[in-house]
Parts: sequence; C-alpha cells; structure tokens
Amino acid sequence: MNAPMNAAPVATKKLKVATTSLAGCFGCHMSFLDIDERILKLLELVEFDRSPITDIKHCGPCDLGLIEGGLCNAENVHVLREFRSHCKILVAVGACAINGGLPAQRNHLDLRDILEEVYQTEAGVSHGHIPNDPELPLPLNKVHPIHEVVKVDYFLPGCPPPADAIWKLLTDLLAGRTPTLGHGLMHYD
Amino acid sequence: MSATFQLDGEDIPFTPGQTIMQAAKAAGVYIPHLCWHPDFPAHGSCKLCTVKLIDAHGGRFGSSCTMEAQAGMSIENRTAELDDKRRTLLQMFFVEGNHFCPSCEKSGNCVLQATAYELKMMSPHFDMFYPDRPVDASHPDVLLDFNRCIMCSLCVTASRDVDRKNVFAMGGRGILGRKIHINSESGRLADTDFAVTDRAANICPVGVILTKRKGFAVPIGERRYDKAPISEQVKEPTA
Ligand code: SF4
Ligand code: SF4
Ligand code: FES
Repeated sequence: MNAPMNAAPVATKKLKVATTSLAGCFGCHMSFLDIDERILKLLELVEFDRSPITDIKHCGPCDLGLIEGGLCNAENVHVLREFRSHCKILVAVGACAINGGLPAQRNHLDLRDILEEVYQTEAGVSHGHIPNDPELPLPLNKVHPIHEVVKVDYFLPGCPPPADAIWKLLTDLLAGRTPTLGHGLMHYD
Repeated sequence: MSATFQLDGEDIPFTPGQTIMQAAKAAGVYIPHLCWHPDFPAHGSCKLCTVKLIDAHGGRFGSSCTMEAQAGMSIENRTAELDDKRRTLLQMFFVEGNHFCPSCEKSGNCVLQATAYELKMMSPHFDMFYPDRPVDASHPDVLLDFNRCIMCSLCVTASRDVDRKNVFAMGGRGILGRKIHINSESGRLADTDFAVTDRAANICPVGVILTKRKGFAVPIGERRYDKAPISEQVKEPTA
C-alpha cells in the first residue's frame, strides 16, 4: 500500500522469483501450492531462485521476493536483508510478515521469563537448560513485522492469504499492474 | 418535499436536527465510522467519519456523526483525500492495540476489520506498539480482551444509560495509559453486577466484550462481513 510500482512489466524473459519463510509456519507457502495446476502456467512465466521449492540457499538478483513470517531471531533479519538487496519487488505475504502475527503474541512477555518457563520450569526434553548452541540464531527481544526493518513494496494479508489472492497478486505483477484484492480475497484471518 | 443536502453529489433528504451520519444512514449511504452507533448519542472520538464541507472558502473537515445537516450543504465523503486520511487513522488503531485477527472471535463480524477491508488497508504502516493489556476472564459468562479495545466508549454509554449499572468507565492519559476501567473495588468484571444479557454485553464493535463458550460459532465464509462489504450493509441492523 502507498507504494509506487517500481518495476516495468517484463513479458519476454522469465521473471526470477525467490520465496522464504521467516518466523512463519509455512502455511503461506502451503497456500501458495494451493494454486494447484496453475503452478504449471506460473512456471512458464517465472523461474524460482532461493525458495523451499528449489532448496537454493542464497538468492541472486531477483525480480520478485515473497516473504512469509515476521522477524523473531537474528537469522530472520539477515535473510530479510538478503532478500531486500536482491529483489526488485518485495512482498510481505501473510499476517506474520505484516504485523508479527501469532509469534508476536509473546511480545508483552519478557524473553528470559519465556525461555525459563519453557526450558527450565516445564518438564520436557531439554534437561533443564536453555539451549545455547552457537549454531542457533539468537532470538530477538520482540517479534517484529518486516516493514519495521526494510522497505516493503506490497502487502498480501491473510492467515494464510487464500491461493486465489496469491494468484491475483502474481498475475497482477506479471502483467505490470498494481496488485489489488477485491472483497472476498482481502482477509486478515 | 423534505430538505436535502448533497453527499458526494447525491441528494440526501433529512429532517431538522438529524446529523449528516443519521441522514446518510437513513438513505442507505455508507460513511465510514467506528464510535458511532445508531442507538446512542454521538461520541465523536474516532474521527473515521470525517467528511469535508465544501464552502466559499474551499472546504473544512468535520465529524459527520456530530455535524447537523442543513439544506443545501455540499459534503464530500468517499474521496481519495478523505479515505487516505481514514486509512491512516485505521493504521494507528491497529498498531496501538494488539489485533491478531486469526485468533480473534470477532473476526468476520468486526467493525474495525470490515472498515479496514473497505478502505483497503493492506498493512499497519507504522511501527507496532504491542502494548501489554491484560485480559479479564473473571466473569463466568463474559470475557474482556482489552488488547482489541478502540476506546469507542459504547460500552460505557450502554451500561450507564441503558443497563443503569455503570460497569465501565474510561480513564487515564496517553495512548498507552488511557483505557477502560471496571467499576468494582477489585477492578474485575466478576465483582460487578454485569450480566451477559446487558445491552453493554452486546455493543462492542470489536472483539473485547465476548460471550464465553460462543466463539467461532459461524464458519469462515458465512460471517457478516464475509458475505458483503460493510458499505453494502448500511440498511442492515447494527448489533
Ligand atoms: S477486534 Fe477486529 S480487528 Fe481486532 S483482532 Fe479482532 S477481528 Fe481483528
Ligand atoms: S470495550 Fe469495546 S465497546 Fe468498550 S470502549 Fe472498548 S471497543 Fe468500545
Ligand atoms: S463515528 Fe464520528 S467520530 Fe467516530
């Protein structure tokens, strides 16, 4: 919203698309797959770069980046910045990318209290200590939506956005139109 | 032949004493609003209903829920200028509370959410506040989730003027300080004479005052604002 279209329509060359899930549940990606056989039509028009579909680990220059999920740890922030620097158009897909979503419901609690509650107070598999392996990305104090860290060009609400809304966004962008959702495709839940 | 004024170029009849909002509602024309309810006097706090009165000096903004209609007035309502401002107001409402629609019982029937759809609010735009607003689950039949309160004051008015109980009061200062207080020594709803049959139990336009054991009763797709946008339901009764 309130963002100008910043890429000219490209019809001849296949567009490069990257997707990722940050602090999300992969529900938005599942909804993406719900476009069903339309994915074959999509593959005539786009080529996937970094995405769970390709398992490419880092994205190269792309026309479009789709971000599912908000930011709950340091790695999320790095990935988001990588996407922003490589993608001409960046879209926040789903409630978590847009307002933090369900993970952000921890935000009124103290992070240390949460970790102690989960790993020390509650009975579980952690043998009473908070995981601190250097491989693990550090959690952020609060969960943030992605527009608080990078410029976002378009927002696609929904938990998850329906497949038809994702399709509408993609086909609008591929045709060089500003994406719009009418009644029925616009949902915050 | 009754007197008329113009709303976005359309003649709207009115009776003396009616506000722009009341006359528009009677004529089936939607003016976005949050704190106004047809059964109660205007509170005039949310400013979503702001319209532009065109006069010799250009135009001036006013709240249509408090502005009295006068013959010959020319009023702008759904212009890009006004809807842009309304969208910004909505974004501020969303960031100053905790609106997690996917887990809200009111979703699909919520006036704030439906208004945001109508005004094509795609994102909160501003940084989120994530305020700490504890839930009051003390009452056996009613849950209060203040995370979603928009301070419309309808519960205060309904409890005071209809139920004659004065269960709710608004107090405090600042965006994070101002809130709805419960009128009991403990501050808990259970310690008031509030009842689920009260008018105030069924007035909240958002998901704060909720009847327990009734959530998510209507499937997605069949809820009030799934069926048609709020602007097309002006003639429908307001809850
Ligand atoms: S009150 Fe309305 S806008 Fe807020 S979370 Fe519930 S459905 Fe969403
Ligand atoms: S609890 Fe509901 S009715 Fe009362 S002020 Fe808040 S939003 Fe309005
Ligand atoms: S509806 Fe008029 S100020 Fe809220």
